[in-house]
Amino acid sequence: MVTGNNKTSTREIKIVRKVLDVNETIAAQNRKTFAGKNVFVLNVMSSPGSGKTATLEKTLSRIMPEIRTAVIVGDVCTSNDADRLAVSGAPVVQVNTDAFGGDCHLAAHVIKTAVGNFELEEIDFLIVENLGNLVCPAEFDIGEDLRVVVLSVTEGEDKPIKYPLMFRVCDAALLNKIDLLPYLDYDKKETLKNIRQVNPNMPVFEISAKTEEGFEFWIDWLKQNIKKKIK
Amino acid sequence: MGIAMQIVEISTASIPADLMGAQVEKVNVKIGKLSAVVPESLRFCFQIVSQDTPLCNASLIIEEIPIVIKCLDCNIEWTIDEPIFSCQKCNGGAVDIVSGRELDISSIEIAERDE
Ligand SMILES: Nc1nc2c(ncn2[C@@H]2O[C@H](COP(=O)(O)OP(=O)(O)OP(=O)(O)O)[C@@H](O)[C@H]2O)c(=O)[nH]1
Ligand SMILES: [Mg+2]
Ligand SMILES: [Zn+2]
Repeated sequence: MVTGNNKTSTREIKIVRKVLDVNETIAAQNRKTFAGKNVFVLNVMSSPGSGKTATLEKTLSRIMPEIRTAVIVGDVCTSNDADRLAVSGAPVVQVNTDAFGGDCHLAAHVIKTAVGNFELEEIDFLIVENLGNLVCPAEFDIGEDLRVVVLSVTEGEDKPIKYPLMFRVCDAALLNKIDLLPYLDYDKKETLKNIRQVNPNMPVFEISAKTEEGFEFWIDWLKQNIKKKIK
Repeated sequence: MGIAMQIVEISTASIPADLMGAQVEKVNVKIGKLSAVVPESLRFCFQIVSQDTPLCNASLIIEEIPIVIKCLDCNIEWTIDEPIFSCQKCNGGAVDIVSGRELDISSIEIAERDE
């Protein structure tokens, strides 16, 4: 079928932009705000159920009240995690992302809004518990100083090589639930090898958020990092 | 999903005024192989979020960018297919990512009638 002389041509419009440039701009603003108020920010990421909340509960009980800490927790639609973390006495703000079509990560603008709930002058340390997901959160800078990924021994040994970006962008890995090792056929060496392969210099802390085994090394390292920024 | 939404938003905002109302035919993006984006799922999400926008008939053309890393000690660069981030020469871990993290939108293509 010929449609007459209605010939069309195509015009290409150059854009050349980063898809996430808006997020990056807001993350940079957040970073500036945090620096101005002397607040150290930690972004905690993992698969669902690896033990972010459990690890943070035990971490809070060891650093509070010496380090004045606040928490932002992303959750898909419950407030369980926020309630668990609030037991420590730290101010906790929960960010709900609705499960249907909602986001699978905390973006910089969400953190910017949530931070409005705190008196930043009265805080030294802000912890962000990201959503349980090893993919998207790795891509979204929120203006943090430090990133850690929690990986539990009930997950596959190949997680680091399946999600290399997450293990590249993080500053340390917490290998959690080691109290369960005696009951599992888990090849810890394989996991460590896979982490080293993706990020050869990454510190790995083997911990149990249940028994608090290994916590002293993690807490020492964390405090050193906080003190580098907060005098 | 958020990434597909950003692509739709940026593309829509980039349609020039004289082509308002025109249908976008193609959206060209560059996706690094190390980025958190799987091309198949991005295409799927794009199809959903582009509904009822000028991009509803557009195809998303994805150029995949290989992962290139560089050893800071040996000053050499190479492409990797597996996530092995240590130097192939000195075995050291002081490597930088040169490319492979791209999440860039490069252009849109719009049909226009020739007078
Ligand atoms: N045995 C054992 N269980 C643990 C440990 N850490 C966490 N758990 C359990 O694992 C489950 C998930 O822990 P959470 O702390 O809720 O994990 P999460 O990463 O915060 O989960 P989401 O926020 O839903 O992604 C809970 O039942 C915890 O009690 C651990 O070190 N040892
Ligand atoms: Mg949790
Ligand atoms: Zn080298």
